[in-house]
Amino acid sequence: MKTEKLKYERPAIRKLNTGLMNKFGTRTEYAPVTHIDGVSVRELISKYGSPCFVLSERTIRKTYQNAVRAFKTRYPKVQFAWSYKTNYIDAVCNVFHQEGSWAEVVSIFEYTKALNNGVPGNKIIFNGPEKSKDDMKLAIENNSFLHIDHFDELYDLIELTETMKKKAKVAIRVNMDTGVYPMWDRFGFNYESGQAWNAITKIMATEYLDLVGLHCHIGTFMLTTSAYAVAAAKLSDLAVNIKYSYNKVLQYLDLGGGFPSGNTLRGSYLPGTDVIPSIDEFAEAITSTILNYGYKKDELPLLILETGRALIDDAGYLLGSVIANKRLSDGRRATIMDFGVNILFTAFWYEHKITPAQEFSSHTEDMVLYGPLCMNIDVVRQSVNLPMLNKGDHVVVHKVGAYNMTQWMQFIAMRPKVVLIDTEGNAHVIRENETVETLTVMERKPEHLKTFKLA
Amino acid sequence: MKINSNLAISDTGFIFNPSNGDSFSTNALGADIIRLMKEGKKTADIKKAICEKYEVDPKVLDKDYDDFMSHLRDHFLVSHD
Ligand SMILES: Cc1ncc(COP(=O)(O)O)c(C=O)c1O
Repeated sequence: MKTEKLKYERPAIRKLNTGLMNKFGTRTEYAPVTHIDGVSVRELISKYGSPCFVLSERTIRKTYQNAVRAFKTRYPKVQFAWSYKTNYIDAVCNVFHQEGSWAEVVSIFEYTKALNNGVPGNKIIFNGPEKSKDDMKLAIENNSFLHIDHFDELYDLIELTETMKKKAKVAIRVNMDTGVYPMWDRFGFNYESGQAWNAITKIMATEYLDLVGLHCHIGTFMLTTSAYAVAAAKLSDLAVNIKYSYNKVLQYLDLGGGFPSGNTLRGSYLPGTDVIPSIDEFAEAITSTILNYGYKKDELPLLILETGRALIDDAGYLLGSVIANKRLSDGRRATIMDFGVNILFTAFWYEHKITPAQEFSSHTEDMVLYGPLCMNIDVVRQSVNLPMLNKGDHVVVHKVGAYNMTQWMQFIAMRPKVVLIDTEGNAHVIRENETVETLTVMERKPEHLKTFKLA
Repeated sequence: MKINSNLAISDTGFIFNPSNGDSFSTNALGADIIRLMKEGKKTADIKKAICEKYEVDPKVLDKDYDDFMSHLRDHFLVSHD
C-alpha cells in the first residue's frame, strides 16, 4: 500500500532569545488569510494574476456608514466629500457617491473625473494650489465650490469673475497652529498672523465673490483629536467674526481629512490599531467644539469632511506571490515578492500587515521582504516575522486601499489589475492591468530613430 | 558535516545546547534532520529518507538542505567532519 506523503515545509531553526522576550509576546500577525469576503485568494490570483489589488465594497460601505453615524449622531448637518486623490478609480468613487458623498478634488484632472462620474458641479469642492484661470472658469460655470489657496489665486479669481460677470462660490483654506508639529503652513492663509482675516476682508469687498465657507486640512494620519478641536475653534472664531463684522452667516465649515486608518506607522512601537483614536473620538472633538461655540441654532454651519485614508485603507488588499528566498551575508532570511514599492507606495510610511494565504505550521522566521525591482529602495518590510514562505506561495498585504492606486508608479514593471468584490461576493475588474501596448502607445519615435543595426 | 553530539532535542522541536546554554526551536523537518544526523546517518541517506516521507522535489530539498546546514553552522551546532 502506498501511503500519502506529508506536506513539505523546508527545514528551519530559530534561536530563542531567553531574557530578551518581546514585551508584547508573540504576535499572531501571520494567521493565514485564505479568503477575502468569502472569495478565495488562490482563485483570485489564478483568475486575475499576481500581484493584484482587491477592494471590498462591503468594507468601504460599512466604514463610510460608520463614519457618517459617528458625526450625524452628534451634529445635525454633516456632509462628506470623497477625496479623489486617495483613490480615484471611478468604481470606487461611485461607491462613495452612491452612499451620498460629494467630490473633493485638487486638480482639473480629478475635477473632470468627478464630472464624468456624474457628480453635479454644485457638489464638487475644488481644492489645491494649482487652478488655472480656465479651470476656475469651468468651476464657476458649474457652480462648484472654489477653495482659495493663496493671494495670487484670489487676484486671478477677482479678475476672472469681473469679466464673467458671474458670482463664484468661494471659501479660503486656512492653516493654523493646532499643536501638532511640523505645522502644515504651505497651503492656504495663516490664521495666527492675520493673513486669513486679510483674505476674508478682500473677498468681502469683492462684488462677484460669495464667501460661503471656511476650509482647513491640518495634516494626515493625525493621532490627536485635540488638534481637530483647535482647528474647529479657530475656524469658528473666523466665522463668528465674519458674522459680527459683515452680518454674514457662512454656510459651512470644512474640516478637511486626516483621520488615521488602522495601519501601523513605520518605527511605531505599538500596532496602529492600539494607538489610533476612533472616528467617534474625532467626531466628538469636532462637533462638541462647534456646538459649544455659541452659534445661533439656525446659524449652525454645515460640517463638511474630506476624509480619505480612513474611509478606504482598510478595504484594500494587495495579493502577491513569493519569487525567491535567499540569505543575506549577515545570515538574515530575505524573501523576494512579486510586488514592491512601485505599486505599494505606502510601504514607505507603514509597516503593512502581511499574512500568508495558505495554512502553515507554527514555525516562523524573521525576514526582510523585498520587492522585485532591481533597486535598493525596494523594501516592503525591513523586518517581519512570518511563517516559512516558499517560492510560489501567496501572501495578502492588508489595508492598502488609500493612495496606492493613485500614487503607484509605472517603473520597471507594469501596474496590475484592480478587482472589486461587490456586496454579494462577485468579483469585478475595475481597472485593467497595463500592457506593453498601453504604455508604448504614448511614445513617438522620430524617423531617424526607428531602426538600428548592431554589429 | 557532524552535529554536535550532546545536543538535547525534544519531540516538539526544542533544542538545547548544553555547552553554551543556547536554545532553539525548529520545525518538524528540521527536527527530523537533526535526529537523523545525531544517529550518524549520511547526508545522502537523510535526503532519501526525507523524500520518502515528504512530498518534495529532490532539487528543492538540496537547496533547502544546504541552507539549513548553513544556519546550523551559524549557530555552532555542526562542525566539519
Ligand atoms: C485638501 C485635502 N483634503 C482631504 C485630504 C484627504 O486626507 P486624508 O486621506 O488624510 O483623510 C487631503 C489629502 O492630502 C487633502 O489635501
